[in-house]
Formats: sequence, C-alpha cells, structure tokens
Amino acid sequence: MRNLIRLTVALAVGGFATAALAASADDFKAAYAKAEAASKQAHAHKNEWTTTLGALKAAKAAGDAGKFDEAVKHAQEAEALANASVAQSEEQKKLWPDAVVR
Amino acid sequence: MLRKFCIAIAVVVGAAQPLSAADVNPQADAKAFKEYFTKRFSKVPLNDFVNGPYSMDEGLRKQWKAIDEFPPYEFAIEQGKQMFATPFKNGKTYADCFPDKGIGVRQNYPYFDTKSGQVITLEVAINQCREANGEKPLDYTKDDMAAVTAYMAFTSRGKPFDIKIPDDPRALAAYNNGKQYFYTRRGQLNFSCASCHVQSPGDHIRTEVLAPAYGITAALPIYRSAWGGMGTTTRRLRTCNSQVRGVPLPGGDENYRDVEYFLSYMANGLPISGPGARP
Repeated sequence: MRNLIRLTVALAVGGFATAALAASADDFKAAYAKAEAASKQAHAHKNEWTTTLGALKAAKAAGDAGKFDEAVKHAQEAEALANASVAQSEEQKKLWPDAVVR
Repeated sequence: MLRKFCIAIAVVVGAAQPLSAADVNPQADAKAFKEYFTKRFSKVPLNDFVNGPYSMDEGLRKQWKAIDEFPPYEFAIEQGKQMFATPFKNGKTYADCFPDKGIGVRQNYPYFDTKSGQVITLEVAINQCREANGEKPLDYTKDDMAAVTAYMAFTSRGKPFDIKIPDDPRALAAYNNGKQYFYTRRGQLNFSCASCHVQSPGDHIRTEVLAPAYGITAALPIYRSAWGGMGTTTRRLRTCNSQVRGVPLPGGDENYRDVEYFLSYMANGLPISGPGARP
C-alpha cells in the first residue's frame, strides 16, 4: 500500500513537471512571431543569414507537426540568429572604414 | 567649396553616417588599391591581375592554359552573338540600345546614369534595353544573360576599364555605398568581400585559390567548373553571399550595382579579359 502511494505521488509529480515543461501551440506562436519580427529587421538591413531562414523553416515544420517543444526551440534559435545579424549590421556600420585599403 | 559641401551632405544622407568629403575620394582610393596589390604581388605583371587566381598560382595557371585551348565559354559567346543579332518582336535589336551598337563597350560599364540617379551595370542595361523594346527582362543569374554579356565582353577584350564618376553627389554616394558594401562583414561567417579578396588573395579556401580584388570584374561573365556552366556578375556576387551564409540579394539590387561600380572603378586601366574561365 505504502509503495502504491509512493508510486502514485511520483507519477503525479512527474506528470505535473512534464505538463509544466511542455510547450503549447500558443508558446510556439509567440516564439515564432518574435523570431519573424527579428528576421524582418535583419531583412531591412539586407543582412539575413541563411541559418536564420533555416531555423525559421524548421520551427514552422515542427509547429505544423504539433511538435511544439521542438518548434519553440527552433524559433528561439532563429530569433537569436536574426538578432546577431542585426547586431553585426549595426556594428559594421561603424567598423567597415577600418578595413579600407589606404 | 559648394561641391565639397554638396558631397558631404550627400554622403551623410546616403550612408547615414558622418563621413567628411575627405573620406570619399575615389581617385585616392584607386591609387591606394593599386599600390596595395602591386606591392604585395610585385612579381605579377600589372595586366595579369585580371586573370584572378591564375595570376597567383603557377600550377593553376598551367591548368588554365591547357583548358583555354578549348575555352568552355565559347558556346556562350556564340549564343550571345546570335541573341545579339536576333531582332526583338518590334524589329529592333540590342545594338539599338547601346553606343557603338554595343560592340567594344564593356569597359564603360557600370556607369552612373544622371537621369535616374542610379548605377547602370551591363546586366541592368541589357534588361532595360529588353523592357524598352517590349521584351521580358532576363534572369540576372542565368545562361541567357551570361551569353549576351559574354559576347559583349568578348568584343571588348583588351580595352582598358574606363569607369567614370560624374560630378554629381549622387554618383559619389553610390560609389561610397559600393565601397561600404565591399568592406562590410556579413553572413554568419562574418566575412566581407575584402576578407577574401583583399586580405587573402593567393591563399586557399579548401581547394580554391582566392582571386585578388584588383581587376576582379574584368573577366566576368565566367564559366565556372564548380557551377558546370556560365555565371553572370550577379551570380558571382550571390554565390559570395551564400558562401558566408548570407542570404543573397535580388538581381539588380542597388548594393550589387554599387559594389560593381566601386570594383570596376578600382580596376580602371586594366584590360577587359572576359568572358573568363575559373575552377
């Protein structure tokens, strides 16, 4: 009996934990929207990275397949890559003259 | 004084950063560019820079000489010649759109068009010609565009680049935008055009020998063994973008026009050698 109670408690805790960690469709939509916004910024700088588009595509495919954990992970990766490319563009606006042959 | 003021305003507005007129001096840039390459590669004859990697590597040069006995771009010249002579639906031809009927004029492209305020590359001029005559523009990267430009380059071989920057602040702004594009790092690999073609010409990236930036536009369009076919200037630029994990720009983009303008101005005096063949 005691073991049965232990097992029940363990399964319940495990279940709650899984439910708390699993991403939902809304989580994916939010993450994807943020990634898309960052990617549009990079596009405006004419400096998108191919890897950003790859990660966005992977996020959408995973989202469409209902694999929201994976989809959120790819969307977050895309957002980070897009933000890095925007930062690169901003930085290069100041740094490019240093490379000029004089 | 007024000119300097206008230039300074145009550059500040165009590039959105505080550059002074002294920072935008194409003649000084070209002099420094030439000196950099001729000092670094003092054994390379001046006009040999247009041969790109073959001017840097003796083994590669021998292969090229062998390949050039039966040039892989020859079919493109023939196709371009045929396209050039074939009338559009309205009866006009490419010859009607260009000075000297388009023969022996490659060395004057790109030029700055003071009417539109834009840089006009040879590829852009070809598409403008087609559209003005009711034809669809050609794809900037594909074989037809490569064929027409190959033929036009072939008729211009040996003629020295003669790129002009007119007394127009917009032209200077375009030149400066091209210069900025050339030296700006981009893509996930954080490379600029200059990273390979100024800092590392003659070095290898995997099996490829990097070409010097000095005279790099003279051989275009090119047959590339890696492509298994012909490629235009636009294709070359788009490939460079992809290779550093950057998303290529569309054909005819302002940045592509301007960087070709900058590079071709740097090459002033060097002979047209296109169409070329590259590994």
